[in-house]
Amino acid sequence: MQSSPPRAFSLFHRSRPRQRAQHYRRSEAIAGLLMASPWMIGFLVFVAGPMIYSLYLSMTRWDLFTPPQWIGLDNFTTLLTDDPTFFQALKITTIYAFIGVPLQVGLGLVLATLLNQKIRFLSLFRSIYYLPSVIGGISVAIMFRWIFGTQFGLINGMLSGLGIQGPSWLGDPSWVMVSFVLMSLWGSGASMLIYLGALQSIPTELYEAADVDGAGTLAKFFRITIPMMTPVIFFNMVMGIIHALQEFVLPFVMTSGGPADASLFLVLYLYRNAFQFFQMGYASAIAWLLFIYILLLTLLVVRSSSAWVYYEGSVRGR
Amino acid sequence: MQTVQPIRLPSTPAVRDWSALLKRAGIYAALLLGAVVVVIPFAWTVSTSLKTPQEVFTFPPRWIPDPVAWSNYPEALSSQPFGRWLLNTLLVVLVSTFGTVASCSMVAFAFARLRWPGRDICFLILLATMMLPDQVTIIPTFILFRELGWVNTFLPLIVPAFFARNAFYVFLLRQFFMTIPLDLDDAARLDGAGSFQVYLYMILPMSKPALAVTALMFAQFKWNEFLAPLIFLNNSEMYTVALGLRSFVGQEYGTDWHLMMAANIVFMIPLILIFFFAQKYFIQGVVITGVKG
Repeated sequence: MQSSPPRAFSLFHRSRPRQRAQHYRRSEAIAGLLMASPWMIGFLVFVAGPMIYSLYLSMTRWDLFTPPQWIGLDNFTTLLTDDPTFFQALKITTIYAFIGVPLQVGLGLVLATLLNQKIRFLSLFRSIYYLPSVIGGISVAIMFRWIFGTQFGLINGMLSGLGIQGPSWLGDPSWVMVSFVLMSLWGSGASMLIYLGALQSIPTELYEAADVDGAGTLAKFFRITIPMMTPVIFFNMVMGIIHALQEFVLPFVMTSGGPADASLFLVLYLYRNAFQFFQMGYASAIAWLLFIYILLLTLLVVRSSSAWVYYEGSVRGR
Repeated sequence: MQTVQPIRLPSTPAVRDWSALLKRAGIYAALLLGAVVVVIPFAWTVSTSLKTPQEVFTFPPRWIPDPVAWSNYPEALSSQPFGRWLLNTLLVVLVSTFGTVASCSMVAFAFARLRWPGRDICFLILLATMMLPDQVTIIPTFILFRELGWVNTFLPLIVPAFFARNAFYVFLLRQFFMTIPLDLDDAARLDGAGSFQVYLYMILPMSKPALAVTALMFAQFKWNEFLAPLIFLNNSEMYTVALGLRSFVGQEYGTDWHLMMAANIVFMIPLILIFFFAQKYFIQGVVITGVKG
């Protein structure tokens, strides 16, 4: 354990001495298996089984009512070569995740840095910024659907006060994704908590040494704060992107994917195929492509992380 | 007699230092601006929820409703079977939260404090399932519950919770259980306690904060849950509030924004209240795991 290279996830506690680890105490092993069994059953019935079944379904044509019909990889070839709507959904979702999440991370970092000064009302600010992540997607969708209204929406109302004619935020294909990204920024306060915790764990000696060398605020931010925070930033960025790729409620409630599929997120397209068109096989194929996409992305980011994520010598990152 | 001057460290902000003062003012201004941006949508929702239908559609928008239409609230709640939805939601949230806390804590105990063959591999799989998009399993799960005849019942929303389906909470509780010294278990075992007793009578009572974190975070998630109710509940009598809120969108005479906002407020109030009273638990949850739920 000690000699292994630092890893992003130092999750395994130090193993006990080897000779004991090899021979499980019988009663303890039985108890362990029994007590972990709810998860094991749940995993088999609600995760592993469905995944395998879903893989099978993705190679069939099935409308739920007549028996599934085996068609091999047809669903996948159609999706990848002959379904512009799928590519539209893929594009939209990717833009949302890869523009929205880094912006959220950036804003969260700025907020955390501001809150990390010795300021008053810290806990009040903290609560307010965290508030958007307490309420769920459905409430956010309802609130912002109203705020983004073209004629009577709050934003356009305020803009007209400045003499600007606001766009049709949710009704214009070229603005709708801007609206979604702006809305996602409204929730960036949540990750701020994590960054605040991470900031407070940066050793102050580093800043003191920098002060001695005459470093300015910005230099300290970019040369000390950011490098020391990279593991946390990295982890939250990956989780945030995975999360964003699965967005469903917001487009479902706010735009139903419109106008002209301009906000058709992948999961919304999946939902439509499965529960509106009853193309269970096709929808399963979309689900699997989404899964593969997330998997590849995670692997890619994790592998590239060594280039820019800084870990201290000790294994203490998250 | 000499007075001892307090030593000022160079980094302490001196009030007379104008640039430092300016900097602090800038920080407060930025924080305040951010806070206002966060609060505005809530304030606007409250404002709209108290307007008459005519006033909802005035331009430019007005902040203070005149007259204040308190009657929107009873009207919103009675225009839909809101009471029924609330009961449905409470039932689903309470039972599934209990299931999650019970199953996840027991499983986490097995992962954190017992040695059994295959444990580390199982834990890796568990971590992997945290990354797994739910959408990959939603179609087969739907088919499974449909075969069982569970569509339009609350069982699909409740039963998986009893099987630690939300691996995140197993992870959270395991991280917490690991911080309790193992010697305690050994001592209890010497006194004749079995593994389950150690879990039930020693670890659980010592872990109340972590259990509270789990219960609160899960209850919040469940209160807001949308996709699963949307798929499994199609009779409006069986809706949860989160799902029912959508019924206010696009009824025959367009969307009743004032009623919808009133309903949204009613839906959000428990979340906001719980958050403000139990903040430290939410924050602790973030701190234990380094992830927001």
